[in-house]
Amino acid sequence: MKKYTYTEQKDTRSGFGAGLLEAGKRNPNVVALCADLVGSLKMEAFIKEFPERFIQTGIAEANMIGMAAGLTIGGKIPFTGTFANFSTGRVYDQIRQSVAYSDKNVKICASHAGLTLGEDGATHQILEDIGLMKMLPGMTVINPCDFNQTKAATIAIADYHGPVYLRFGRPVMPIFTDADQKFEIGKAWTVNEGKDVSIFATGHLVWEAIKAGEILESMGIDAEIINIHTIKPLDVEAVLKSVAKTRCVVTCEEHNRLGGLGDSIAQVLVQNDPIPQEYVAVNDSFGESGVPAQLMEKYGLNDVSIVKAVQKVMQRAGK
Amino acid sequence: MSQDIQQLQATAHQVRRDIVRMVHGCQSGHPGGSLGCTDFLVALYFKVMKHNPAFNMDAIGEDVFFLSNGHISPVFYSVLARSGYFPIAELATFRKINSRVQGHPATHEHLPGVRIASGSLGQGLSVAIGAAKAKKLNGDSRLVFSLHGDGELQEGQIWEAAMFAPHNKIDNLITTIDVNGQQIDGPTAKVLTLGNLRAKWEAFGWDVLEMKGNDMEDVVKILELAISKTGQGKPIAILMYTEMGAGVDFMMGSHKWHGVAPNNEQLAAALAQLPETLGDY
Repeated sequence: MKKYTYTEQKDTRSGFGAGLLEAGKRNPNVVALCADLVGSLKMEAFIKEFPERFIQTGIAEANMIGMAAGLTIGGKIPFTGTFANFSTGRVYDQIRQSVAYSDKNVKICASHAGLTLGEDGATHQILEDIGLMKMLPGMTVINPCDFNQTKAATIAIADYHGPVYLRFGRPVMPIFTDADQKFEIGKAWTVNEGKDVSIFATGHLVWEAIKAGEILESMGIDAEIINIHTIKPLDVEAVLKSVAKTRCVVTCEEHNRLGGLGDSIAQVLVQNDPIPQEYVAVNDSFGESGVPAQLMEKYGLNDVSIVKAVQKVMQRAGK
Repeated sequence: MSQDIQQLQATAHQVRRDIVRMVHGCQSGHPGGSLGCTDFLVALYFKVMKHNPAFNMDAIGEDVFFLSNGHISPVFYSVLARSGYFPIAELATFRKINSRVQGHPATHEHLPGVRIASGSLGQGLSVAIGAAKAKKLNGDSRLVFSLHGDGELQEGQIWEAAMFAPHNKIDNLITTIDVNGQQIDGPTAKVLTLGNLRAKWEAFGWDVLEMKGNDMEDVVKILELAISKTGQGKPIAILMYTEMGAGVDFMMGSHKWHGVAPNNEQLAAALAQLPETLGDY
């Protein structure tokens, strides 16, 4: 198992803030909008540097998405910022008609996704957003795993023409990817090469998968860990190449098991190479208040859950 | 009456012919609001706006129009085609399969002249404000126009946008409301009353004008007045009073023709009232 160490921990939303500032410096057409959550989205540095390119919309997310669509007419590259719940479910029809169907170059940037939002509880812990967004034709869906990857992804989507949903979160997490990485949309990253099982993980679950990989190694199981940061378009080639070797799969995500990464992988498997798969995901329920680590344990989204899923899927695969 | 106004009226006659023929051709669509807004759209595209039918999405240096009440697409398509955005013959494909002329306006099939999809109501004002803001950021002094139904004002997003524009001094925007007092289920006063629209828009901080929407002279006059009021720190709202179905007597006076197509006899009766001025498609 390749060793991943870290010296620093930060939240992925801060990676977004850093990336937005950098994207703003590189391209004068980058503009930002926020619906009364500037501090939560870490947009302060961008606003300080480019006050005239920031739009405070107030608590009016539908208007924010519509205005973002309008700003693209004239060549602007708008980044909208609010919590994941208010970035997707609340404004689904605005995104569908004014952004996706209208082919607008809007970047919908969503913080506080999933259970790790913690104490605010289920009203804010959206677990359905990946599904909602990936069903929209033409929408790119990205869920990076740490500060550095989120920063790199934010810079990369400014250079890509088309609607993007960028999902990140609130908890402070180890920084284990390279600071100077080049983020390639739609290209999976092999975290660890292995032969016994393929673990496909996205977002905060990538670090849990690494910890699980170390536990599995001590049990004599050689896990291949692949980071799927781009859920749509999915790196089908990387998925099929890995499973050709391992013959069993565990998918890991901070999302409802319905409609997320797991279902995207399952669709590839069922059409190309039907082999056993286990899901590490929320089992079709809402979340609740609590400390993030407690929630991740209770809802089965940590390293221990991944290890159990690996044992189960290997047994199913006759290994 | 000036020759200019007479010419605009002649164009409006042809557009109204196009509308009823398009809706008849596919036996679906929305003639009522289209006929009511014909004079306004003809005035915009043939007189008031500076625009280039060699369509460019970003519209740098051009005035831009957004149709928020997308169901009145027949009038929009006719005016775009008659302005030279796409071949007039393409109007015959309205709402038919493999056409760029979709039931509601869309960019997806790359129909020149359409910059945003509309149909699901209440979204166009936000889009128009975004485009107006982009013009300000680009140092582009041209204007943004938008059109909305009065029933559409029942959508909450309209009021989010209505609050935003004055606060942010979006004063390069002229928003027109088609006040015909009708919606699908009946008179707006019965379905969900709109109250005092002038007082509402003024309370939100808009400069409000009123227009006789089926009087071409007044349409041009009020649009020119609205333009003279831009750049003064406030967005401008025009309450445009129209008659749903204007120009076809039996389509006027009720909500009945909001979304119903004429049969063969009704088409003939309608066309008899609308002289062919520019040649049918």
